[in-house]
Amino acid sequence: MNERHTISILMENEAGALSRVAGLFSARAYNIESLAVAPTEDPTVSRMTVVTSGSPQIIEQITKQLNKLIDVIKLIDLNDGPHIERELMLVKLRTANPEQRAELKRLVDIFDATIVDITDVSYTVELTGSPQRLDDFIAAAGVRHVMELARSGVLGLLKGSKALKA
Amino acid sequence: MTEKLRGAEIFVRALADEGVECIFGYPGGAVLHIYDEIFKQDKVQHILVRHEQGATHAADGYARASGKPGVVLVTSGPGATNCITGIATAYMDSIPMVVFTGQVATALIGNDAFQEVDAVGITRPCVKHNFLVEKVEDLAATIKKAFYVAATGRPGPVVVDIPKDVTANVTEYIYPDSVEMRSYRPTVKGHPGQIKRAAQLILGAKKPMIYSGGGVILDNASDSLIKFSRLSGFPITNTLMGLGAFPGSDPQFLGMLGMHGTYEANMAMHHCDVLIAIGARFDDRVTGDLAQFCPDAKIIQIDIDPSSIAKNVPVDVPIVGSVSNVLNELIDIIDKSEHKPVARDSDPWWRQINEWRGLDCLRFDTTSEFIKPQAVIQSLHEITAGDAYITSDVGQHQMWAAQYYSFDKPRRWINSGGLGTMGFGLPAAMGVQMAFPDATVACVTGEASFVMCVQELSTCLQYDLPIKIVSLNNRYMGMVRQWQEFFYDRRYSHSYLDSLPDFVKLAESFGHVGMRIEKPGDVDAAFKEAFALTDRLVLMDFITDQKENVYPMIAAGKGQHEMHLAPTDRELA
Repeated sequence: MNERHTISILMENEAGALSRVAGLFSARAYNIESLAVAPTEDPTVSRMTVVTSGSPQIIEQITKQLNKLIDVIKLIDLNDGPHIERELMLVKLRTANPEQRAELKRLVDIFDATIVDITDVSYTVELTGSPQRLDDFIAAAGVRHVMELARSGVLGLLKGSKALKA
Repeated sequence: MTEKLRGAEIFVRALADEGVECIFGYPGGAVLHIYDEIFKQDKVQHILVRHEQGATHAADGYARASGKPGVVLVTSGPGATNCITGIATAYMDSIPMVVFTGQVATALIGNDAFQEVDAVGITRPCVKHNFLVEKVEDLAATIKKAFYVAATGRPGPVVVDIPKDVTANVTEYIYPDSVEMRSYRPTVKGHPGQIKRAAQLILGAKKPMIYSGGGVILDNASDSLIKFSRLSGFPITNTLMGLGAFPGSDPQFLGMLGMHGTYEANMAMHHCDVLIAIGARFDDRVTGDLAQFCPDAKIIQIDIDPSSIAKNVPVDVPIVGSVSNVLNELIDIIDKSEHKPVARDSDPWWRQINEWRGLDCLRFDTTSEFIKPQAVIQSLHEITAGDAYITSDVGQHQMWAAQYYSFDKPRRWINSGGLGTMGFGLPAAMGVQMAFPDATVACVTGEASFVMCVQELSTCLQYDLPIKIVSLNNRYMGMVRQWQEFFYDRRYSHSYLDSLPDFVKLAESFGHVGMRIEKPGDVDAAFKEAFALTDRLVLMDFITDQKENVYPMIAAGKGQHEMHLAPTDRELA
């Protein structure tokens, strides 16, 4: 049975570190659903969040193989406990007429999203939430109205006061 | 005030401070500053190979025989790409090696400069780690890190890419005494609770089996393995990579296991109730069909690399740690228990094993008019008193050497087990001979493998390396032919080697001694003559039986108990 797992990785903020992770996934034929990476409060450390899927045995191998990378300092499988996942989306939606604009504005309010750019024929909406919430917004707004879309990939942290530190 | 040095001089000094005695390399534009410094000193000996692949295999052989990291120095571009096969070979067998590749100057990187290749990118999937040195201030510390990473934990090759301007720039030289990496701390001590659980299984086993691999050799844990085996009295098998860790001539040893393992080793694996895997990684050539693997066994796996544990086969008691540490702790527990070594004559499990052993699965026809390759290996064992360093290439000859040489000591059997690299044998033998100039070194090869790195005969002449090359020449790529015979209705597609050179003349043209041996009766005398020439390289071209196959054999997709035996043994099985 394939399970979706979110793995959070602290790694040395060095050139090539990202390609080591990406290369590992392709070389061993593991799935990547999304991957997000940026430096942390300590500029020598990057935090990477990978969403992947596989059988429990594959997930175990993925975490072991990631840990084996020399640049990886620490990692945690967020699915081992309660955690928060968030993703950011920017989406440009076509608004052909006033009714559509009004409808979209209502949707933006319901989803607690923000309109960050307006033209005569489009709204650009910013929305943060779980991946499912972003999917729900798109479904409600209608895929046919989407002009373009960018998603950050999932970020995640453990719930509670425990923290993953280098 | 520390003196300031050029990067090239720092490089050579750092190698000397690291204790490197010899490096294998080939010069070129990007490393000329370094070669100039090599010229000016005599602490680090440089061995000039004839192809960069040869340098990597030689450094690899040096490392396997001596336990010290092998070192390679090559130029950028083709220098680096020619190393890939050798780096991947070392990676698959976890061999400590540091490969220095020259790189175009930092200002040119990414410009498609002459002899530019992204060495860090191209080697990434087949190294333990790699580095690009961006400034001369980082050079010494990076070299220190490279050796540390290569040789600790589960060893492996490390590539250090050095742009030309880094070797020209100047800085203070400080070689660090130690390395601290927050992101790399291998676990060497086994978990006490897991070790206790393992000991309970071991003490309660009725049909135990020890399965040990290359990890025992890499960790220099042969003494611990022997002690553990003696104390328990359990039957033991070695993987191809683990041969010599337990004495091959010992009655407790069941021979190698796996695709071309012995009948008794594979049957004991299949029927055991407790399997103790020590520094072995359940390779597909060992397990055969995973669904049928060790169906009744509780499995204990000891390995320094967590990702090797339960990768292919579920494990009941995983223990992460160095095999010597964990074995020594197990020895302590067993020592304090009531356990007596299992008696080989009365124990029912051993009686069953001895019955399997009675099949004598490595028997072969000794009356043939052709030279039998197995007989050549047995004769080689005799003339060298079983005490030589044996390197090999890949194919049938490799399997026969593994089956018939009976290695009694670790680090004596040097072959490309994981990647299966043809062309490995001769350059690896050069590395072994450099590590041990007075030792007897033989390269068991086949005529197809041998020509893949034949240019290194020239290196052997330059450095007076008296290697004995034992070529089992059957005019086929024997292992390919064997598979075609078994699985492709004898359609020998491109496995026949037409237009072979005259190997005697070939050896002579490189300045060595060549011999051709065509009759079974001449084998022993030829060996005597060749090994008497202690200061010469001798290439012995044994014209062997063309149709001989390696038995036993487990076909792909079959279980360990489903061996294909030699025709003479089939009715017995």
